[in-house]
Amino acid sequence: MAVTTTEVQAPRTPPDPHAGPLPRTRRLTGPLVLLAVPALLTVLIFFVVPALRLLWLSFTTPEPGLGNYAAIATDEVTHTVVLRTLGMAAVVTVACVLVAYPYAYLMTIATPRWRTVLLAIVLIPFWTSLMARTFAWVVLLQDNGVVNQILAAVGVGQVRLLGTGAGVTLAMAQVMLPFVVLPVYATMRGIDRRLVAAALSLGARPSVAFARVYLPLSFPGVAAGATLVMVMSLGFYVTPSLVGSPQQSMLAQFISVQVNQLVNFGAAGALAVTLLVVTLVLLAGVQVLTRTRGARGNGLGSGMTGGAA
Amino acid sequence: MTDGRTLRRILTAFGILVAAWLVVPTLIVVPISFSGQDSFAFPPSSWGLQHYVTFFTEASWLNALLVSLQLAVIVTVVATVLGTAAAFALARTSLPGAGAVNGLFLAPLIVPGIVVAIAVYATFLNWGLIGTPTGFVLAHTVLALPFVVVNVGASLRGFDRTLERAAASLGASSWATFRQVTLPVIRPGVASGALFAFVTSFDEVVVSLFIQSPQLQTLPVRMFTSVTNEVDPTIAAASTVVLVVSTVLLGLTGLTRRSKSRA
Repeated sequence: MAVTTTEVQAPRTPPDPHAGPLPRTRRLTGPLVLLAVPALLTVLIFFVVPALRLLWLSFTTPEPGLGNYAAIATDEVTHTVVLRTLGMAAVVTVACVLVAYPYAYLMTIATPRWRTVLLAIVLIPFWTSLMARTFAWVVLLQDNGVVNQILAAVGVGQVRLLGTGAGVTLAMAQVMLPFVVLPVYATMRGIDRRLVAAALSLGARPSVAFARVYLPLSFPGVAAGATLVMVMSLGFYVTPSLVGSPQQSMLAQFISVQVNQLVNFGAAGALAVTLLVVTLVLLAGVQVLTRTRGARGNGLGSGMTGGAA
Repeated sequence: MTDGRTLRRILTAFGILVAAWLVVPTLIVVPISFSGQDSFAFPPSSWGLQHYVTFFTEASWLNALLVSLQLAVIVTVVATVLGTAAAFALARTSLPGAGAVNGLFLAPLIVPGIVVAIAVYATFLNWGLIGTPTGFVLAHTVLALPFVVVNVGASLRGFDRTLERAAASLGASSWATFRQVTLPVIRPGVASGALFAFVTSFDEVVVSLFIQSPQLQTLPVRMFTSVTNEVDPTIAAASTVVLVVSTVLLGLTGLTRRSKSRA
């Protein structure tokens, strides 16, 4: 469940021309501020305090110092896991972009009714439960599952998918697709088609007109969507745990093993802090990107993250 | 970029493939749940309701379902009340730190699930909240709050405040103004916030996996254990039930939106 739909749902009451900081509101400021206190306390005590505690643990357990971070920098197993996670995230990102780009283009040329259908379909992974969807992938990808039946019918032999990177990619990219389709579609809708027409009329071949005019113009949407997918893929836990194999664990699984099997909160904390810092840096990048390019009316950079893991 | 026929045809075929990729994993659990066999074979060779019977009678599944439903309802109420109040405070006051506070409310959405999970786990261990209903309510409320704050905040931004001033000038108290003027107008925002809160709690896996105990498991946690440890098609029935719940909720969202646009 992501915030996209909420953005769409935001009531479209026309803005009040007289609204704004009124002197009269100040009278209410005192008691109104107090309304935020219960929610604020909940978030502070049950989210911020645990987060800070984890940060603290990462510097103090098992012994004070930067040992846990040094271990991340030197430990070979950690390196393998981090590289695998980055590689997996990159593969999922590329797969999403390759699928989302033509899909978003199809949305721009479809009739309004079909556009609604295409949009609804791309949002389906949002409203299906994560566990139901993951279970479905386990069933689909098993050795005698539907995907293998189709592959056999097409003439490709049996392919091992469950417990492999290919299977995880298929399952992860499905959930991530909306995060690329929506910003790319938003950018494409804002492209002035006359620019392409102008290129064609000046003698450019269609492929050249696309590569030199349309593609660069749609790039901000692709970059924003790709970064979001990359960021979210880094933290995926459920899909790689169930569709992938323990031998090919990704960062989130590795962190969970540190906690559950090794009870090493220091190491887990340091890994989590690293993951969080990378996430925030990449997200800040998306923010800058969407803000400077003035992405057309979609608040994707801000809200739509997490959750889908 | 010629909108040529061939290109259009290729794109359409591609669109159908993608649609199948997105839709099939959603729907395949339904036929499997009605399978008469104890396997995940598709298509099933015989049909039956046995998986539903197991789901609704075996304690571990039924309890998980009931826990999840109760938890989601409590979280919805708590998160909606707290979140609506907070959105009000944020929208109606001009505090210097409002941006930071807003960011704080959205933080649980941005931080990767696994990071929230182990942070909460490490702390709840010390506080004795692991495997307790209180622990679940608190953890899920933190995760659900952003959705309420965002939705209610959005509807408050589009709210015409002259209505409130009119009510106040006619002598209504602040509470009466809120109840009779503000709330009806922002109700769609509150409603979608509440629905998101429900779904967030009902669907949450990662944090729940860490704060669960064998005695207190939510449905997604039970499903996770089922996929990891057993080959039991009861999970297909569970998935279908979950699918029905989220579809009904989506329908409700659609209804609120439609009644709004008609208004």
